[in-house]
Amino acid sequence: MAQTFSRPAKNGAMMQRHNGMLLNRFSQGFFILLGLFVVYVLGRAFLQNPKVFVEQVLNGLQLGFIYALIALGYTMIYGIVKLINFAHGDVFMVGAFTSFYAVATLQLHRWPTWLFPGVSEGLMILIGTVTVILTAMLFSATLAVVIERFAYKPLRSKPRIAALITAIGVSFFVEYFGALPFAFTNNYITYPRPFEVNVYSGEMISPLLVVGAWVLFVISLLLSGWFTWTSRHGNVQAQTWKRHPLLQFGLLFFGFMAVVLTLTGVKIETGGKVWDLSVSNVMLIIMGASILLQTLLQYVVSHTRIGKAMRAAAYDKAVARLMGINVDGVITATFALGGGLAGAAGVLYATAFKQVHHLMGIIPGLKAFVAAVVGGIGSIPGAFVGSLIMGQTEVLAAGFISTPMRDAVAFSLLIVVLLVWPQGIFGEPPAEKV
Amino acid sequence: MRSRVFVMLALVVSMLVLSACGGGGGAVKIAILAPLSGDVATFGQSTRDGAMLAVEEWNAKGGVNGKQIEVVVEDSQCAAEAAVSAANKVIDQDGVKFIIGEVCSSASIPVSEIATAKTVFQISPTSTNPSVTVGEDGTTKPTIFRACFIDPFQGKVGAKFALENLGAKTAAVFLDQGNDYVRGLAEVFIAEFEAGGGQVLVKETYTGDDSDFSAILTKVKDANPDVLYLPDYYSTVNLIAAQAKEKGITAVMLGGDGWDSADLDRTALDGGYFTNHFSDQDTRAIVQDFVKKYSDKYGAAPDALAALAYDAANILFKGMEDAGKADPTAVAAALEKGTFDVVSGSVSYDASHNPVKAAVVLQVKDGAVNYVATVAP
Repeated sequence: MAQTFSRPAKNGAMMQRHNGMLLNRFSQGFFILLGLFVVYVLGRAFLQNPKVFVEQVLNGLQLGFIYALIALGYTMIYGIVKLINFAHGDVFMVGAFTSFYAVATLQLHRWPTWLFPGVSEGLMILIGTVTVILTAMLFSATLAVVIERFAYKPLRSKPRIAALITAIGVSFFVEYFGALPFAFTNNYITYPRPFEVNVYSGEMISPLLVVGAWVLFVISLLLSGWFTWTSRHGNVQAQTWKRHPLLQFGLLFFGFMAVVLTLTGVKIETGGKVWDLSVSNVMLIIMGASILLQTLLQYVVSHTRIGKAMRAAAYDKAVARLMGINVDGVITATFALGGGLAGAAGVLYATAFKQVHHLMGIIPGLKAFVAAVVGGIGSIPGAFVGSLIMGQTEVLAAGFISTPMRDAVAFSLLIVVLLVWPQGIFGEPPAEKV
Repeated sequence: MRSRVFVMLALVVSMLVLSACGGGGGAVKIAILAPLSGDVATFGQSTRDGAMLAVEEWNAKGGVNGKQIEVVVEDSQCAAEAAVSAANKVIDQDGVKFIIGEVCSSASIPVSEIATAKTVFQISPTSTNPSVTVGEDGTTKPTIFRACFIDPFQGKVGAKFALENLGAKTAAVFLDQGNDYVRGLAEVFIAEFEAGGGQVLVKETYTGDDSDFSAILTKVKDANPDVLYLPDYYSTVNLIAAQAKEKGITAVMLGGDGWDSADLDRTALDGGYFTNHFSDQDTRAIVQDFVKKYSDKYGAAPDALAALAYDAANILFKGMEDAGKADPTAVAAALEKGTFDVVSGSVSYDASHNPVKAAVVLQVKDGAVNYVATVAP
């Protein structure tokens, strides 16, 4: 009896495997064709009008850097508690609203003039804006910690699905509590920016700045290369130097800065078409802040005690606890860091798009989540790279494929990545626990 | 707000008493159906105030055809069920034969069905959906009218204004594919603009929850059109306009009555124009007279809803005078024939009982919204 049962089952399994391989091959072919089609569409668009194409890429870059700040929070929290914190997008929204009240009601961005009436306008704006961002970060971090304490901590020993569903509940709670008349109201509110937006193009960008950015980028690149080379030849010290946060920051920041400034700084006239792109200070600030916070986070995680504790807790919570690590404290710190980054992202997002409302966190939150998955959830550089890919996908889809399809294309990226590359770009392959 | 309702009720009761004392030859009963509670309560209050102002003026003049006007006010909540029960109540219980209302199309349509079945006259001040006056089979409902123009009309006026007043040759149009109001305006604008010799260079769609418009604005910048038509509500228009300014787009922005809000971002939209039903800066004597009376009575400048309700009431009463009697069918016939000079322009009715009148064009300039022109279709 047993044999008669097992035989067809075995056959069935083999059939299934065979079909699966066929299906795999078919889907691989499909994805390759799809990829070729996308390359064709984008290539044609580039050749037809390189200026518009490059401008779209810059648009995508701005969006990508904002997603990066949100995605970092998702990925950190997932890395440590294995929880997809769906309320993260709403922490982002609260950050935006905090800065709205700080600017509109308290005029916090003008505080240096209260103490030092003679302070110059530029310095005041700089200090004021940083204060506003820090306030929003502080508030969002507190909110994230409170959410963790009351909604997730009691469920830590329960199955993960319980915390996940609670996260969705918390998300709805924050959104619709925000809609109440005494909270943020359900209006679409115009956001008063802490600083004026300036648009730079062509001659307004001094060549000195462009050359400076290139020089610093090349220096960082050379240093990095040299450290790599010496560390290969046995210099252990060079290995640590290579991962120094300042070097990382220089490499990323000046690299992007040099490219963006070069693209917008040049003015060429060819065949009646003028190559004359512009860049706004919002875009540069978003880029700078995003890279800065990303490197800072990288530094905290890889060079500090709390970072070491975080990595240990991510690796194995039970053993970390045995080693005397305060795992609950580590988790709280993780939520605070993630929430702070989301708050900063909220300020930058509101400054870029000049509007706040109580549901503004949903879509950016979802897209940042997708970006984190694309980059490999749990990985910090992954979240950064995934977000840049996400920003480009969205803007290029809107620009050259079809505008109503932009979100469809962006979210299909998630499906494609999950099918082809389930662990994401920087993600570790699913570890086998021994 | 509740106290205001009580005040209104007291007013209505006192009027009933007064008219009962004074009116020897009976009275004309009308009903106002408006949302006096809920999330669009301000719409309903403006509508009621506007209509009541007209009623008081006519009563002070000696009434319609020598009869005083009696008013029944019902809260129809901008909802189909509440509006249906309010309509049944005023028709069956109060014996009303003339209804002013509702504000929302979704409530006006079911009321119009009851009114048609019971041969009661209805004029909606602000419901823009074509189905309010036209039945499912395409025939016009005989006793149902409206005081406002319907959505596509604004697209037509916008195109005409762009071509003739702004001298535009090229345009870009953005529309939210999921919003009937926006699509209606945009499609008519495109058709009229092209029919008038203009060229639509960019037509882009977006979805309601987009906030990054950089991709489509880059296309607009590259095409460099004369006007950018944004027929959406103020919340989305604010977002698009702020980003457009930063992209260095110099096209004149143009829109519809969705811009009519105190929350419109007037710095981002500086220099833009939008079509609307009415402007309190219109210099015509009838408008200034209305604005003064309304502000004196209620302590605030009238909005478009109040103006349209005032117009709806005036059209109804003039129709009764023209017909010579308070009979719904006779009044409907008088409206079909007549031309009425009211606050929102000179109104006559087409075969679908939609008003044929001019729209006003307003400009956002230096933080204020100014009257620019009246554009006839």
